[in-house]
Amino acid sequence: MAYILIGLVAGFFSALFGVGGGVVIVPLLLLAVKWDIRVATATSLAAILITAVAGVVTYVVHGQVRPTYALLLGVPAAIGSYYGSSLQQRVNTNTLSFLFAALLAAIGIEMLVR
Amino acid sequence: MTYLLAVVLGIVAGLLAGMFGVGGGILFVPTLTYVGLSQLHAEATSLLAIIPTVLVGIWRHHSYGNVRWKPALAIGIASIGAAVGGAQVAVSLPESTLRRLFAVLLLLTAAQIAWRAWRSRP
Repeated sequence: MAYILIGLVAGFFSALFGVGGGVVIVPLLLLAVKWDIRVATATSLAAILITAVAGVVTYVVHGQVRPTYALLLGVPAAIGSYYGSSLQQRVNTNTLSFLFAALLAAIGIEMLVR
Repeated sequence: MTYLLAVVLGIVAGLLAGMFGVGGGILFVPTLTYVGLSQLHAEATSLLAIIPTVLVGIWRHHSYGNVRWKPALAIGIASIGAAVGGAQVAVSLPESTLRRLFAVLLLLTAAQIAWRAWRSRP
């Protein structure tokens, strides 16, 4: 039951914002069902695949998808994802996490004031 | 130069995806608006770019034995209807509203990543 609720919230946010939904899924798995962080991130990725496909199909119907740009980002990101997944298993990623948080916050502020 | 930056941000988005279990869209969308797409086109395109990113992430995490398939399926399938609804809402919102809402999501995500790092500090 908890999973279904998580899925509903994640799906809505995912398609509304063009993100995977992991931003919603991971904290809910951590807080609501108290999973280990590695299991939560891994399972989130598997769920996102389904959500993203559903979102893409809906947007393709509306004609807003630009495949060339998706490749431009998706291919480098697949490489990054390979290393990110391995990195998470082996090292303490706290410093990197704070850097990521700062980067996202900076972009968020820029988008608000633009 | 713009495209080089896009590729670099793509790699960073992938690192984020693999490390934090997100799709990478949180960085794809701002990058795509930077290369000239509208907020709505950026969001739609981001969802497509997420697919190869999470496929690689799933493959790696599966090899570490971390994926729980049944809950993932339950979450994923439950999300489908809501995803269709979310896309409909996005299509109907004004561009500037969508961008501001996205900016708020970015700030919340930043706070969340910082919180997770703080919680797991040695």
